[in-house]
Parts: sequence; structure tokens; C-alpha cells
Amino acid sequence: MFARGLKRKCAEDEEAAPAYSLQRQSLLDMSLVKLQLCHMLVEPNLCRSVLIANTVRQIQEEMTQDGSWCVPVPQTAGRASRDRLVSTEILCRSAREGARPAPDPGDPASELQVVPAAQAPGVPPGGVWDGDGPRENRGSFHKSLDQIFETLESQSPGAVEELFSDVDGSYYDLDAVLTGMVGGAKSGQDGLEAFASTAAPPPSAGCKSDLGELDHVVEILVET
Amino acid sequence: MLVCQGPGLGSVTHKSTWALGARTKKWLLADVISTVEFSHSGDLLATGDKGGRVVIFQREQENKSRPHSRGEYNVYSTFQSHEPEFDYLKSLEIEEKINKIRWLPQQGAARFLLSTNDKTVKLWKISERDKRAEGYNLKDEDGRLRDPFRITALRVPILKPMDLMVEASPRRIFANAHTYHINSISVNSDHETYLSADDLRINLWHLEITDRSFNIVDIKPANMEELTEVITAAEFHPHQCNVLVYSSSKGTIRLCDMRSSALCDRHSKCFEEPEDPSRRSFFSEIISSVSDVKFSHSGRYMMTRDYLSVKVWDLNMESRPVETHQVHEYLRSKLCSLYENDCIFDKFECCWNGSDSAVVTGSYNNLFRMFDRTTRRDVTLQASRENSKPRASLKPRRVCAGGKRKKDEVSVDSLDFSKKILHTAWHPAENIIAVAATNNLYIFQDKAN
Repeated sequence: MFARGLKRKCAEDEEAAPAYSLQRQSLLDMSLVKLQLCHMLVEPNLCRSVLIANTVRQIQEEMTQDGSWCVPVPQTAGRASRDRLVSTEILCRSAREGARPAPDPGDPASELQVVPAAQAPGVPPGGVWDGDGPRENRGSFHKSLDQIFETLESQSPGAVEELFSDVDGSYYDLDAVLTGMVGGAKSGQDGLEAFASTAAPPPSAGCKSDLGELDHVVEILVET
Repeated sequence: MLVCQGPGLGSVTHKSTWALGARTKKWLLADVISTVEFSHSGDLLATGDKGGRVVIFQREQENKSRPHSRGEYNVYSTFQSHEPEFDYLKSLEIEEKINKIRWLPQQGAARFLLSTNDKTVKLWKISERDKRAEGYNLKDEDGRLRDPFRITALRVPILKPMDLMVEASPRRIFANAHTYHINSISVNSDHETYLSADDLRINLWHLEITDRSFNIVDIKPANMEELTEVITAAEFHPHQCNVLVYSSSKGTIRLCDMRSSALCDRHSKCFEEPEDPSRRSFFSEIISSVSDVKFSHSGRYMMTRDYLSVKVWDLNMESRPVETHQVHEYLRSKLCSLYENDCIFDKFECCWNGSDSAVVTGSYNNLFRMFDRTTRRDVTLQASRENSKPRASLKPRRVCAGGKRKKDEVSVDSLDFSKKILHTAWHPAENIIAVAATNNLYIFQDKAN
């Protein structure tokens, strides 16, 4: 099931740093894909979704601190790194150990400037899902970028929380949230919150009558 | 890597039984066992499966004419506990899979158990019937009603023996109290109430009342966007009816006292082991998520299972566990792959033996691990048809994490991650362990018995 691990020498700093960033980006993409896939299932496992979302948040926080997320990732390298993900040990090591690019204390403005360059490739890394929904994928890619925006600007928690905004009473429609974000994110969080609040459905009253009937039927059966 | 012979546990007689008899020869998804639980006396063993069925096994009485069958478990009763339902509002199917079964302490001839799927808890009564009445006045032997005018004499019906029939009937249905998926149920020591826990809430029920439950824990944030933690398991204290614990996906265990307030949102104690900063990775939180929490029979300790280890906690010490047992540390370097194939989210259970001197938990490749707390020894065993002959001792297994693989060792790279032992149960008094390996049930007994 597992390919033999490719050992990387810690001494080779030049190789290790970008490799770590690549793997981290792959992990981020994989996590976002997992969250997207969630809503296709019968009903998403809330625990799993929360854990994946927390992982995404951690990665993005670290990437923000590094400033290293803005390194444009060519599509082919992204694909190759996904394949190698299975055999790498880098991400399993402590996030702080090994060679990493020194955090760039550069001002937010310069980081913002670099962002459009990263958006230039039409297809985000993790292009495996190209065929299925490019709009959705771009949404997720944009979403991660937008979260960095928000973190830089407002210091508020990243937009990954919006994933749960309408979980109450029904599973979240991630597509709607993400595609909503593509259009609405630029206007800031207000637009998204408005979207989220209208998306929250009322508590499940409809099925109660069905189960209530079942109760009734079972009681009758039991008493006869 | 860390396996050695466990005294007392070293020679474990294996006796394998296959649940549901001939049907398990064919692999059916609906037959995947999802929960295993011994009754309080240990004479009954209940299993629940993905198809909503409950199968109860009963231990055979000692029988001099058949000495080899002493202590064998045989099928006692089978019934359909839950059916798939459809939630019309969300357009989602509610799975019939049985998440948990908990027995009620025996109070009469009949036996009671609680079984639950994601949304509904049911109280089942299992009763025996070995007599039937003959000689009714108002109806014939075949059940047809008699014409009352034809009856000229009255007689008293006579009870006659019949073949034992075991009947299961649903006595209570506790529904509509959970928005999220129920992961735990636990019967209180007062024998009158029980709790049911889902991802965000814990409800308290009275066994007699089905249309009302009290919410005692609610960790749902006002703004769901801020959700970062869920409840993963909950249990009542075995002796103190006001105390319960619940574990979270962040690796914390909170102990609540129901006497302190109606809503136990503020815990009395919080158990959490500080993270080792040198081991921190992106997967740290996921592997710290507690998948099971169990009080010891004594009530003084509790045990938690996270992805890689089993921890024993002293209820008087919140800062760290008193014992940590590594289940499969060799997986630490594989967390990336295990995250990719979702195995990292597997929820393993753990359980104590009757005297709290040993614990058992499952792993992959149909391996399971037993830890003896007094001798500090552990053993790895495997539940598989190939390696098991009836009444032959199980051989301890070893997993080779790297380097040269010795004979009989299993290399980490050849572990079968689809063969996971998530559910185990230990007889309350004897050294008998029930192990669920996908759709097979294995029952192991200590040779000393």
C-alpha cells in the first residue's frame, strides 16, 4: 500500500525548503478536496469535517507566517508532488524542524502584490479535479487566497469557518458556499455572512411527524 | 516493535465463531459488525451491524456430556433493530447502522438492552418463552375463534412445554432528540436514566419517558462558523450517578457533575495532556482526537483511545495520564498516507478487563493489542481464520517497522488497512475477549479457564 519512503537529507537545505512548501501545498489542496467531497456523501461526518477544516486552518496560518504560500506552483509540479505525497515523510515530521524559509517580515503590501501572480495560472494545483468543476476548484483556490487576505487585513478567523455556517439542521452545501465566495468575497465578509444566514434552514420539523407515526405504530404493535 | 509475551495472557486459547452462521461465508456489507457488548453477567454477548441487525450470543451452560462446548457462545436471538429511514427535509438517508449497544442490568427474567443508530435510541426487551397454553375456551388450537354459543363447559388452560423461543420486542423508542449523529449511549448507575451523546450535545433520558429528554451538555457555538471541536464519546461513572465524562476531537476529556448545574457546560475537571512541541505536525490534532473513553470498573480510573495510543487517567489528576500505551507507533511516520486514505479518522475502541488489570484495543491487519498494567507487558495478537485453529493458542505477532524483517513478522508496508479491529469487548469477570473483524466475530478465551 505504501511506496518506499524517499529519504531526504536535511543537510540539503536548498532542496528541502521548496519540497516542504510543495508538500504543504499538496496537503492543503488534498484537504480542501476532502472537504468538497464531504457534501457528496450521505451526510458528512461532522467530526471528520471539523478535523480537516482545522488542519486547513493550521496550514494557512503557517503559510501566512512564512509568506511562502505566494510561491507560484506550476501545475505539473503540483501533480507530481501529489503523487509523491504518499511516500514522503516530510509532512509527518514536526512542522518546525528541518530547513524552512525564514519568515519574510516584508510588509503586507508586497505580499498582496505577489498574490495576483499566483492566481495567473487558470487551473489551481491539484488539477486532478479539472474535469469535474473548474469553477468550484477555482473557488476553493480563491478561497484559500481570500483567507490569507482576511488574516492579513482583519486578523479574524479564516473563512474556512464559513463551511459550517449552515450546518445547523442540514449539512453544509459547500459548493454554494464556495461559489458564493468567489463572487462575494471581494466585498468582504459581510456578503458571505448574509449568504450564510439565509442558507441556514429551520430545524427538522418535517421528519418528526413521520417518526412520530412510527412511534405510534410501534406502540400499537407492542401492546397487542 | 514492542511486543513480548504477556504472562497470563500469553497463552490465549482461540476459539472462533462466525456470527450469523453460514451467511458470513459471503462478504456482505450489511454484515459489517459495528458494535460488540457483553451483558453485565457476561452470559450474553450482543453485536450490532451495519444493516441494523442485532445478534445476541449466549454462553452455553456447563454440560458434562459435552465438555468441549463448555463456555461456547451460540446464537441466542437475532432481530432487526433499526431500519433505514429517510429524512425528507434534508433529503438524506438515515443509516440503520447500529452505533452502540448497552445492556441494562438484569432485573427479572427478561433482558433489556439499548441500541442506537445515528438518530434514534431503542429499548429492546428480550424474553424467553418455553411454555405455551393449551385448552383455551374461546379459540381452537389453531387459533380460530369459537362460536360462544357452542361453548357448554369451561376449562382451565394448561401450560405445556415447548421449544425455547426467544423474542425481542421494542419497548421504548427515544427519537427526535438529536440533530447530529449519536456516537455514545451510557446507562446510569441509578438504572433509571441514561445519556445519549451526538457530535455537539448530550441528552439525559429517563428510561420510561420517550417524549422528553434533558439537554445536559451543549457545545454548539452560537455561530457555527466558529465550530472547531466536537464530542466524540461520553460515559456515566459506574458508581456515582451524578458524574459523567465526555471526550472531544481536540483530545480533551471533561468530567461533569450534574449536581452543580442543570446545564453541564462548565466542566468540573478537564483532562488534557500537554502537547510535546518536538512532535508537533499538521496531524497532531487529528491523532490526539479521542475515539473512545471508558471508566474502569472501580471507577477510579478512566481510559482514552486516540489514534496511536491508549492512555489511563487517574480521575484525581487532570494534568496528564498515569499510563500511556503505544498501540502502533510505527504508523507515526505514515500519517500523511493515512490522512490521504482517511484511515487516520478511524475510531478505535478500548476496554478494560473485569479486574482493571489489563486493557485491550484494536489495530490494523486484524491485529489487536493487550496491555497488562500490573506487569507492564503487552502482546499483539491477530484475529484471522488462517492462523486460528480451535483451541490452539494464539501466537503473538510482531510488526516490523523497518530493517530486516524476521520470519513471522509482519512488515509495516504490508499491513492491510482495510482489516481494522475497531470494536472489542471483554467479559466482565473472565478472560474472554470478543473481537469484531469486519464481518466476523472472534471469541478468545484464556486457556486457564
